[in-house]
Amino acid sequence: MKVDLSKPILDRNERFAAENRALFDEHGVFVLDLLASPGAGKTSTILATIAALRDRYRIAVIEGDIASDVDAQKIKAHGVPAVQINTGGACHLESDMIRRAVDALEIAEIDLLIIENVGNLVCPTDFDLGEHAKVMILSVPEGHDKPYKYPNIFARAEAVILNKYDTMPVFDFDENEFREVLRRLNATVPVFPMAATKDQGVAEWAEWLAARVESQRARTGA
Amino acid sequence: MHEMGIVSGILTASVESAARENATRINEIRIRVGELTEIVDDALHFAFEALSPGTLAEGATLVVERVPGRSRCVECGTTFNHGRFDVECPSCKNYFCELVEGRELEIESIDIDLPDGAEAGERS
Repeated sequence: MKVDLSKPILDRNERFAAENRALFDEHGVFVLDLLASPGAGKTSTILATIAALRDRYRIAVIEGDIASDVDAQKIKAHGVPAVQINTGGACHLESDMIRRAVDALEIAEIDLLIIENVGNLVCPTDFDLGEHAKVMILSVPEGHDKPYKYPNIFARAEAVILNKYDTMPVFDFDENEFREVLRRLNATVPVFPMAATKDQGVAEWAEWLAARVESQRARTGA
Repeated sequence: MHEMGIVSGILTASVESAARENATRINEIRIRVGELTEIVDDALHFAFEALSPGTLAEGATLVVERVPGRSRCVECGTTFNHGRFDVECPSCKNYFCELVEGRELEIESIDIDLPDGAEAGERS
């Protein structure tokens, strides 16, 4: 006997994601899911973003890693609330993990929540966490051909940070070709060249993010 | 290799529905997977073989239907199929297009066996 289901495979993940988003909207929090390869500079970018925006917004961070809490410790050392999620081997974060992490934060005291996903360009793209935007960091040493190899993440990102931009002279990175492939995948996505650890290009990225935080506040009446 | 998580989602939903019908086994599970997801068929089948034994879906066939990317032009309303690259309206060459299909991750149906005598007239 045939039984029709027509049901999302990630039903459970999507339910928690919707609940998370409703909770974030209730408190007017803008939530960013930050994606990149291991070593692209996710934590450095978060630290630079905190430095640029901490006077304007109350920021908190959820750190996703397979193991250890070194990243959360780095964020906390700057006086910003941070919760570490250890996935215990899983290659991506899921929405119920975010829910538990949010329970450990004072959500009413946050304007901007940054989620650092597990370093991976494949698996996190299919999982909605309840965020308002996914943003992708590519670092120059990884090469300009990454969008050919991992198209989905570049297609879904609402902004792309091109990090370690200061190393451009020593790597064979063709920025024109990178921008052309990116345009073919995601015609309207903004690109922010940046050197997070040298505070280069951070202001432009921070302004984009601040505009998103403001529109979330306006939209939710927070 | 997030296909393990995907397959455990498939199994949970299928086995729940089959149990609700008092099924004795699941013969086939049909799923729809958008071409714009990061799902690899081989990894799905591998995970299914690893996770299905001991459940009602042991020995079942997993049928994967691929759904091509499809978008609608925001300017002129043309709807068109496309791959991952160059999502451009074929009529007005506009890049502002909304995705209509291609990110599906959905269980379509299951085919189950019912206990003897329970399925007369119900087989579709």
